[in-house]
Amino acid sequence: MGYVAVKGGTHAINASIERLTFERLKNQEIIEIETIMATMKSLIDQIMSESSLYSPYLAALAIKQAEGSMEEAVFLMRAHRSTLPRLYYSQAVESETMLVERRISASFKDIPGGQILGATKDYTHRLLDFELLEEDPAENEAWLSNYQKTSEAVKTSDELEFFPKVVDYLREEGLFENYERDNTNPVDITKQSIAFPAPRSARLQVLTRGQTGAVTALGYASLRGYGQVHPTVGEVRVGSLPIYVSHPNEGEQDEEDAFYIGEIQVTEVESFVPVTKKNDANEQELEFEIGYGICYGQNETKAIAMSILDQCLEHPESSFPTHDEEFVLLHIDSVEATGFISHLKLPHYVTFQSKLDSIRNVKKGGHTDEN
Amino acid sequence: MKTKSHFAFFDEGSKKEIRRSILKAVAIPGYQVPFASREMPIARGWGTGGLQITLSIIGKNDVLKVIDQGADESVNAVSIKKLVQSTTGVELVERTQEASIIQSRHRIPEVPLTPEQILVLQVPEPEPLRRVEKSAYKTKILHSENDYSGAWLMLFEQIMKYGRTATGADHPVYVNNRYVMAPSPIPRYDNPKMHQSEALILLGAGREKKIYAIPPYTDVESLAFDDYPFAVETFTGKSCHLCGAEDVFLDELVDPATNETIYQCNDTSYCIERLNKNEEVEVETSHA
Repeated sequence: MGYVAVKGGTHAINASIERLTFERLKNQEIIEIETIMATMKSLIDQIMSESSLYSPYLAALAIKQAEGSMEEAVFLMRAHRSTLPRLYYSQAVESETMLVERRISASFKDIPGGQILGATKDYTHRLLDFELLEEDPAENEAWLSNYQKTSEAVKTSDELEFFPKVVDYLREEGLFENYERDNTNPVDITKQSIAFPAPRSARLQVLTRGQTGAVTALGYASLRGYGQVHPTVGEVRVGSLPIYVSHPNEGEQDEEDAFYIGEIQVTEVESFVPVTKKNDANEQELEFEIGYGICYGQNETKAIAMSILDQCLEHPESSFPTHDEEFVLLHIDSVEATGFISHLKLPHYVTFQSKLDSIRNVKKGGHTDEN
Repeated sequence: MKTKSHFAFFDEGSKKEIRRSILKAVAIPGYQVPFASREMPIARGWGTGGLQITLSIIGKNDVLKVIDQGADESVNAVSIKKLVQSTTGVELVERTQEASIIQSRHRIPEVPLTPEQILVLQVPEPEPLRRVEKSAYKTKILHSENDYSGAWLMLFEQIMKYGRTATGADHPVYVNNRYVMAPSPIPRYDNPKMHQSEALILLGAGREKKIYAIPPYTDVESLAFDDYPFAVETFTGKSCHLCGAEDVFLDELVDPATNETIYQCNDTSYCIERLNKNEEVEVETSHA
């Protein structure tokens, strides 16, 4: 009788997996990868971001297999990522070269280059749209062709335009410190264990692949009072960035010889945070610093929360948990957090038996040892 | 499956409940009354507190103006207006004098308000002590014991550090000599407009689930020391490049052509009205 769990294990597992397959198939509906890619972009973006693997197609497959569970889909993608050879590091990307689809500033009304709302749910009213219960492909097609007709009439500029960063305006006034560019190679946290205190490159990597909900929750906590960072969003931009890889074997590196390997869509945020600084005369002064956030796809909440936490971690002296590097960086990873929480479902018969023994003895008066 | 929405979105029971909280808030000026804040069709932190107040007090004959950062045409103001109008059918205006309810984010209009008007302010962080005390349980005790040393200390520390107080918007105020209150993040410039206001001012924080109020003709005093008096933002020597106004809150813009910094009235409806008046005068004088 004591071996039930072990003996029945194989059969029970097989039956459980079959049951899982049954639950997925029983209603006899199939969702195509293409349908997921076309209709669930936000989910795909979040999964790519949390799994550090830029592949909308594989993310869609993960969503299908995981039946829509975020943590499961990220888990699948991360595990797959481990099987891929990592041959090259790309060249550093200058985010000024972004092809911008959306760009807003909450700091200035009239930013050079203008505000571009792009596609956003921000100004929609969250009322259930019952029309979607009976969507008609023909109507959709008519809407599309009409939309295309109107946008064709819009004249576009012949030249490729890049948008200046909002912060440059304030930097000219000396409200932001000018830093030397740090071109040292970043730490790759997927190849190297993180050590504390962590370099900023490691911190940013952990933050950008952190679980969207966890990053948001901690950023929110800091904003609400459990932290010292309350930023103004200087600029949020969404767009695609070209990625280049240098020639792997050539000694002399020429920018012109780099290989273009495609583009990725990202959300980038620069938050402005007032901080106290000592000036040359050793007096305290107020100045702005930037909190930085970037993540795959369009996920503005996460990128903004990341920018808050980036600033928090730059100023660790405070007593708040959101300013504690180890607290933040070790708890926001989706795979690590959900994995360890779910491990509680594994058998703990031995540890529990041991604990039971201690507690029973203590209850009895704790004299068993002398016995 | 299609459902029809009710007048002003809420059911009557919800509106009544919120109005009761408002009445309590009016009865205890500056005191944060907790209320059962609803989930709204706009995001938390985007004005759901103000919206809930507006929806629970609005009637069919009301005339609504919505301001966001001084502007009627700002994205969030447009969105809120659309929502209220689609569920009530009330008239929307931009002219401050014509509105009976003005919902605003971050500004009190430049035109003085009247006893017939209600100003609804959206509040992100109603707790004036939050910056010095993170726990809501403890701030509640501090308010009840009239212990505002944290708020005073915050100002004192700024003076010690920077030689002057360095608050931005949301400079705390004493209401009716009893409660210290966050005046919603209005600029310091607007704080004095709350003192002895003829209009009723209602403040709603949806995410933090608090409603508070300044009844008409109530004393509102900005926290300050005798030797470091309260000071509003200064725009001396600057004026609106459109209408020429000097004694108003100005926005800082960059002229894309010359790359120079220019200034413009933050209150857009005030600016437009001045422009229209200037034009009238021009027309009249040219005819004469």
